[in-house]
Amino acid sequence: MEEVAFFGLAIGALGGAIAVIGLRNPFYSVLALIVHLVSLAGLFLLLHAEFIAAAQVVVYAGAVMVLYVFVAAYVGNVEEPIWDQIPGQRFVAPVLAAALFVELTIAITGTALKSLESEGPTIPLGFGSPGSIGELLLERYLIVFEAASMLLLIAAVGAVVLAGRRRQGEPSGG
Amino acid sequence: MAVEWYLVLSALLFAIGAAGILIRRSPLVILLCLELMLNAGNLALVAFARAAGNEEGQVFALVVMVVAACEVVVGLGLIVAMFRRRIPLNVDEIRTLRG
Amino acid sequence: MSATTYAWLVLGFPLAGSLIIALGWRALPARTAGWIGTAAIGLAFLCSIGALVMLQDEPAEARHLTSSLWDYASAAGLDIQLGILVDPLSVFMCLVVTGVSALIHLYSVAYLDSDRGYARFFSYLNFFVFSMLLLVLAGNFVLLIVGWAFVGFASYVLISFWYRRDTATKAGMKAFVINVIGDVGMVFAAFFIFRELGTFDYLEAFEAAPDAFTENEGVIVAICLLLLVGAFAKSAQVPLHTWLPDAMEGPTPVSALIHAATMVTAGVYLIARTFPFFELAPTAADIAAFGGLATLIIAATIALVVTDLKRIIAYSTMSQIGYMVVGVSIGAYAAGLFHLMTHAFFKALLFMAAGSVIAAMANVQNIDRMSGFRRALPFTSLLLIVGALALAGFPGTSGFFSKDEILVFAADRGGMYWIFAIGGYATAFLTAFYAFRIGFRVVAGDPCSEARELEGGHLAHAEPENPMTGEREDTDVGFPGPEHHIAERAWPMRWAMAVLGVLALIGGVSQVPGVDHVIETFLEPTFEDSALYHLVPSTSAAWEGLGVGAILSIAGIALAYYCYVANPGVTGRLQERMADVHRFLFNKWYFDEVQDALVYRPSIALGRFANSVFERVVVDGIVDGAVGLVRGAAAVVRGVQSGFVRAYALLLLGGFAALGAYFLVVSS
Repeated sequence: MEEVAFFGLAIGALGGAIAVIGLRNPFYSVLALIVHLVSLAGLFLLLHAEFIAAAQVVVYAGAVMVLYVFVAAYVGNVEEPIWDQIPGQRFVAPVLAAALFVELTIAITGTALKSLESEGPTIPLGFGSPGSIGELLLERYLIVFEAASMLLLIAAVGAVVLAGRRRQGEPSGG
Repeated sequence: MAVEWYLVLSALLFAIGAAGILIRRSPLVILLCLELMLNAGNLALVAFARAAGNEEGQVFALVVMVVAACEVVVGLGLIVAMFRRRIPLNVDEIRTLRG
Repeated sequence: MSATTYAWLVLGFPLAGSLIIALGWRALPARTAGWIGTAAIGLAFLCSIGALVMLQDEPAEARHLTSSLWDYASAAGLDIQLGILVDPLSVFMCLVVTGVSALIHLYSVAYLDSDRGYARFFSYLNFFVFSMLLLVLAGNFVLLIVGWAFVGFASYVLISFWYRRDTATKAGMKAFVINVIGDVGMVFAAFFIFRELGTFDYLEAFEAAPDAFTENEGVIVAICLLLLVGAFAKSAQVPLHTWLPDAMEGPTPVSALIHAATMVTAGVYLIARTFPFFELAPTAADIAAFGGLATLIIAATIALVVTDLKRIIAYSTMSQIGYMVVGVSIGAYAAGLFHLMTHAFFKALLFMAAGSVIAAMANVQNIDRMSGFRRALPFTSLLLIVGALALAGFPGTSGFFSKDEILVFAADRGGMYWIFAIGGYATAFLTAFYAFRIGFRVVAGDPCSEARELEGGHLAHAEPENPMTGEREDTDVGFPGPEHHIAERAWPMRWAMAVLGVLALIGGVSQVPGVDHVIETFLEPTFEDSALYHLVPSTSAAWEGLGVGAILSIAGIALAYYCYVANPGVTGRLQERMADVHRFLFNKWYFDEVQDALVYRPSIALGRFANSVFERVVVDGIVDGAVGLVRGAAAVVRGVQSGFVRAYALLLLGGFAALGAYFLVVSS
């Protein structure tokens, strides 16, 4: 049962990813990414990471993707051909990416980590639940938590500065 | 399922994301591919957390999500600024770092 | 004040004069530059007399005073001082140089009055006198070479004084280049001296020389020959003489001072000063003497036929210096230096008179066009004849005693040295002839048109023309002023010429054989270690020699009278009959052409080859090649910085993949 779910979700994720890089219309790419993200949330569930899965759906596929949709709509459709100005990149890139994948695979499967070949140790109930994640966040990793919040604030301010309207008198062109 | 599978999937997704960055020209799509890579990383983290029986991997993944959100915000702000200044939305047009 | 203090003042006044004029000429009122220059040299002359007096106060053995201003270089076995040596020889030279220079400065005050480069002239002339005094007073070889080089520079700058003239600038360069050849010889000699004797100082070197060298050892002969290269270049002896006739492009006072009285005598001074070396290397001394002999004969023959007035006098200078070189090379130091002194007097006088005549001729220098100035220029004519008499060695004049004393010494030494005596006497005959060639041509005969104009009270004027080539000159600065000044109308010129005239006539009384020997006794302390100095010929032998000289001199004058006054057409017919000989002599024995073919052309060809082939291909090739290589490599590397974000991402990814592969391989 689990395998079926895995493969189904995996195909969903892979399909979404390939669609992101393959579709010409950026708007469609955004939509494909949403599919991908939801599939990933399902995979998280399989890995007993409920809170993360929920966060993925709500934050990522929800808020972040909405942002993308807004900007894609604002910017409009820029149909672009997929070939490159940099000569040869079209061919080199997949090759490099494939090389990377192969290396990573070798690294993963070639390790002697026993735990990777199994499902992992038995896990307690409540593994990955909001309660235990919350405990970790607010006790052991409090500083990380606070730093992440700061980062969010800074990012928000930065975005406003970057994209905000200039004061009167300054042209917004060029 | 053995954890390996998840890791291999994550590697594949990462590679796809990397290829996407190199191939596409629209900054929007490149950001999307960045998301792909980040999420592949997240998947690997959560898989390792499962394999180790330790939730710390999940916390890490959460923080990665936060960072990804911030980066998206800034990136999109850049795209909007580019659009406002009528620079064509083409990553090859921004070449001022040329040596 | 001590003798050395006076000596430093002798050096200081001309330098100060030169600097004051050079820096302040705009601030000085119109013609004061000339008076400042003259005063500076006058003061230097007085200080020379002071040095003389103080020197004579010392006992004879102690008349070698040294004084040093500071250590010039003191390291690694070198000990060079900025030091002077005050001894009879240097004081003698100082007196001659400052005395004659002062008179020439006085002459120039009037002669160059309308020249726009007036202040520049006096600054340069003062600098020249300073350099010459430095050369003469130097106490070591390094300072000697410094003075030597400065004198060469001053000569260059004064020869090309009228720098708008093409011929003048070329002559200046020629003189300088040949002088530099001499400098090179001197420097090498200095190196050898230091290597063998370990010192540059005169007194120490001369003391160490007899112990360090055996007679005619190779090194000491080499040193002397290298010194001779310097001496011959400076004194315009064959084969380094070709610059002197061309140096007549400079103003007449320059010719008088530098190329008659002082600079060209530097070589003679050098040989006299380094007599310990020459006495240890008789071969070199003989070579010097033969060089001098060759010069005196060749120059006299050329002076018989050239037609430019100043150049005749220049060749005469060359010839007389040949006498002096012979004199100091064979050991007649006192006689040679005595002749140096008297020659300074009468040669400067001759040039001054020539300047006056040329001014009257509106800058024409060709004696074929001059005649009959005795009524138009009475004073100049008189002094011209006085100078010619002294040059010819007419009995009683200073030239008579000095020149013949050298020849008497040569005869007295006997053996091979008879050649010098015979050659010298034969040339004395020729000297008398050409001296009065000038004299009679200019003074006697019917007045030429310019002379007649002058008798009428009007000084001739003409369009400014280059006397040598006849081309019109542009009349900006660097060109003789529009007015000409003759002695009859300018009192500074008259006074200078008068003093020199008197000296030329009576200067001989200081060394009359059997009666007195002022110069010889005076110079004795310098030459006390010399074996040859003390070979004084007997009085009767001396008077015999003087008698022969007198006869030859009078015969020469008589022949000149015959050719130029009594039968004016004789020389013209002779010229036609011996056209080849005439052409050979007129072309200065083709020395210029030979040097051109042997030295200049190959050098220029070599230079051209080096430039076009070696420089362009090899040197530029290497340099440009290296540059191109670096540029190319940089361009390749620069290609990475394309500005494309995705290219950078590609590189990142590629690098990461490579690293991953590496670690995989390593860990397996």
